[in-house]
Amino acid sequence: MLSSTKLLGEELKVLNIGLEIFYRALKDQGIRVVHVEWSPSAKLEEELEEILDKLT
Amino acid sequence: MSSIKDEIEEANGKAVDRMMEAEPYWAGVGLAKDVIPGFKDHMLTHAGPPTTWNRASGPLKGAIIGAAIYEGWTSDEDEVERLVDKGDIVLAPNHEYGIAGPMAGVVSPNMPVIVVEDRKFGNRSYSNLNEGIGKVLRYGAYDEEVLSRLKWIRDDLYPALREISRRLKDGVNLKGIMAQALHMGDECHNRHVAGTVLFMREIAPALFTSGLDEEEIMEVYGFLTKNNFTFLNFAMAAAKAMSMAAHDIKYSTIVSVLTRNGTDAGIWVSGLGDEWFTAPAPVPKGLYFPGYTDEDANPDIGDSAIMETVGLGGFAMAAAPAVVSWVGGTVDYAVEVTKRTYQITYTKNRYFTIPYLSFQGTPTGIDMRKVLKTGITPTINTGIAHKNAGVGQIGAGYVTFPVEMFKKALKRYAEVYGV
Repeated sequence: MLSSTKLLGEELKVLNIGLEIFYRALKDQGIRVVHVEWSPSAKLEEELEEILDKLT
Repeated sequence: MSSIKDEIEEANGKAVDRMMEAEPYWAGVGLAKDVIPGFKDHMLTHAGPPTTWNRASGPLKGAIIGAAIYEGWTSDEDEVERLVDKGDIVLAPNHEYGIAGPMAGVVSPNMPVIVVEDRKFGNRSYSNLNEGIGKVLRYGAYDEEVLSRLKWIRDDLYPALREISRRLKDGVNLKGIMAQALHMGDECHNRHVAGTVLFMREIAPALFTSGLDEEEIMEVYGFLTKNNFTFLNFAMAAAKAMSMAAHDIKYSTIVSVLTRNGTDAGIWVSGLGDEWFTAPAPVPKGLYFPGYTDEDANPDIGDSAIMETVGLGGFAMAAAPAVVSWVGGTVDYAVEVTKRTYQITYTKNRYFTIPYLSFQGTPTGIDMRKVLKTGITPTINTGIAHKNAGVGQIGAGYVTFPVEMFKKALKRYAEVYGV
């Protein structure tokens, strides 16, 4: 495992998943960062989950 | 006995097949009151789900005011609200009349409209004529410059297009143009650079031999060719015809209308007929013209999401890397949107293909079940209107639809089909 000292001593290359605000903040600081848009599946109400289960 | 899942699978297959196999051709132009069945005097149709004056967004109000003045119903913009409230001006959604209009999408009885015929399934669809970008009626502007242009469209452009369409006896194959434009860097919603050129190639000989005087020919030619969005409205009418072919298929869970009016976003689901399922329209992300910011932006507006409904626009962004210079984002993001959309659509399009993705078909036929199962809602390209009436376009961008309208549709589906 990379030690924190070594990690902080090297150029940061970041893969950001989810919240775009972190990606933008890093990019604004000149850090190499790739953003992957992701969000957890919407939590459906139980009633809708039941309907969906019958239709799929 | 078939299970409901089997019924849905068969119905969705049929709906999306019909959507892809429709053959929309430009067949002519006419005044809305003359060619659109059911279009009444003192009626204004508009983009998105039904609305009222009180609920209408700034750009929609601006377009309603401009259309009322254009029709000569009043010259006083303040009177328009009263006319609408009294029922002297009736508002109705475009989609209920086979129309698809960009942004506010307002169509009035004496506006010339594009007529598209689906030669496969016999449907007819309509759109208004594109005015260009910036300060235009569809973005809610209605000053003298806007009204003069609308009158020129009616008095000069419309007769010229009527003559052109008379001479083009076989019509213009719009699906063919869209398929080719995808291979030339358009996504057919917010980029129509190639589509407009291809369309002009089809109609130019008829314009140049129309018998109009030379000055008029060059004026019409200049207006159509200088506007990179000339083809948008032809494409939208074509997409509307394709989505009509997929509509009203019993059991189908395919979305056949996806639209917004600047206040609400709304969908139709093929197996649920013309019932609207709505949720608040989100504000787009994007690039703004100089002097404007996201604080000036109105929530999303327009019927132009009909392009995504049939597998184009944002769904085909991987075919159009240059569109990011207009709507914002990156080329990687454009590709990601297309790839992500495959998770919520029924199939890959047979005719609309993306060279960069090894000529895969575009994601086609939004299945509301997949939207709810994955939590991925459609991302579309769009224009951005100023939130106040009278200003116009302030940018372009992209927007992701809210999930709530899909939830409402699913609940209704369960009631209708006894699930």
